[in-house]
Amino acid sequence: MAKIKYIEHNGKEHEIEVANGLSVMEGAVQNDISGIDADCGGGMACATCHVYVKEDWFNKLPKKAEGEDDMLDQAYEPSPSSRLSCQITVSDELNGLIVHLPEKQL
Amino acid sequence: MIDTDVLIVGAGPTGLFCAHQLGIIGLKCEIVDNLDKLGGQCIELYPDKPIYDIPAISECTGEELTNKLIEQIKPFNFNSHLSDRVQEIKNENERWIIKTSKGKEFLTTNIIIAGGVGSFEPRKFPTKNCEKFEGKSVFYSIKDKTIFKNKAVVVFGGGDSALDWAIELSKNSKVTLIHRRDEFRATPASVEKLKELQKEKKIDVLTKFSIKDVKGNETLENVEIKGDDGEIKIINTDYILGFFGLIMQLGPILEWGLNIDKKLIPVNTENFETNKKRIFAIGDICSYPGKLKLILSGFHEGALAARGCFKYSRPNEKYKLEFTTTSKTVKDRLGVKE
Repeated sequence: MAKIKYIEHNGKEHEIEVANGLSVMEGAVQNDISGIDADCGGGMACATCHVYVKEDWFNKLPKKAEGEDDMLDQAYEPSPSSRLSCQITVSDELNGLIVHLPEKQL
Repeated sequence: MIDTDVLIVGAGPTGLFCAHQLGIIGLKCEIVDNLDKLGGQCIELYPDKPIYDIPAISECTGEELTNKLIEQIKPFNFNSHLSDRVQEIKNENERWIIKTSKGKEFLTTNIIIAGGVGSFEPRKFPTKNCEKFEGKSVFYSIKDKTIFKNKAVVVFGGGDSALDWAIELSKNSKVTLIHRRDEFRATPASVEKLKELQKEKKIDVLTKFSIKDVKGNETLENVEIKGDDGEIKIINTDYILGFFGLIMQLGPILEWGLNIDKKLIPVNTENFETNKKRIFAIGDICSYPGKLKLILSGFHEGALAARGCFKYSRPNEKYKLEFTTTSKTVKDRLGVKE
């Protein structure tokens, strides 16, 4: 279990407890957090669960999956701190993680 | 006007297999898809990725699955209308009149929406000012490459489309390629070619930059780009091309008066009909308790929706389940010779 803070582009914060094994994307979708679309359902076939992770946390996360950067090329305003939230699996180590949601996904 | 029993919206695996099920029970169908080929996400997003959960096929790629499905529906002689999109619908005497963006008209008893998460459209620049120049000096696809001759062109993107066009246009234009990171996801041969042209100074390559703004009054003058480290550059150019892949949008279907919940269309699980009579939804786009977004679920949903269409198209006949192993009628429809 990890407490994850999702911060919408307009500054609205949601702090959610997400069970281990779920992805950061699933944590958002199951709790109706707007700002993460996840059109493909977690198959890394779209880029609509795009989030930004600030440096302190970015380096602590498991490395990007193969192909994740290719998909991020197609995200809305990607930056070096971009991740696909469907590729971040929640574990105890992620307790306190903060992700920032982009202005939009499409 | 094309008269048919069923119009299928979307030619992904679900739509294709639904055409098979309609053929088996003797209904005519037409398929419309916004892409220029059959196969939907399978062919557009992951043609080379192996799929392991199609019943009885331990492994096949998106492209192989598509080709097998096309092969399977060949006997039914269905028509597909590609690079076209359903636009508006009108109810007339218990039937639907549908217009497409290319101006085609269909008269159909039933509509089956198998649209996945929507139709594919090119992803555009986030920069608001780009809209002003879209179709004039900002493009997301190329129809006529001669307009770029002897002009300055800035290409954005790191995939095959971006590299292929940068390489092609560098023969006759001054090309700058801009990508947000060092790595390119295009095929290795294209990346190799790009590096060669960069060395020969035939293409300028700028990485770790993305678009910030475009300037110009009547005509485009320059594009401002921003580096990861905050560096700003201004490049004078005649044209800007963006190749950021495709996004999926529901589009005009949203205006049809269907119930929509989180971009999905709720259906009943008896025949996959929506809140509108004679409009069905199957595959990733439909939702019901327990819905799984798997190709195999789409096959099942299509089989039931096809029977749902039968009731409306043949109101005076009683539907009878016939097996392909034994039914002479079905075998005739399949063109099987005994």
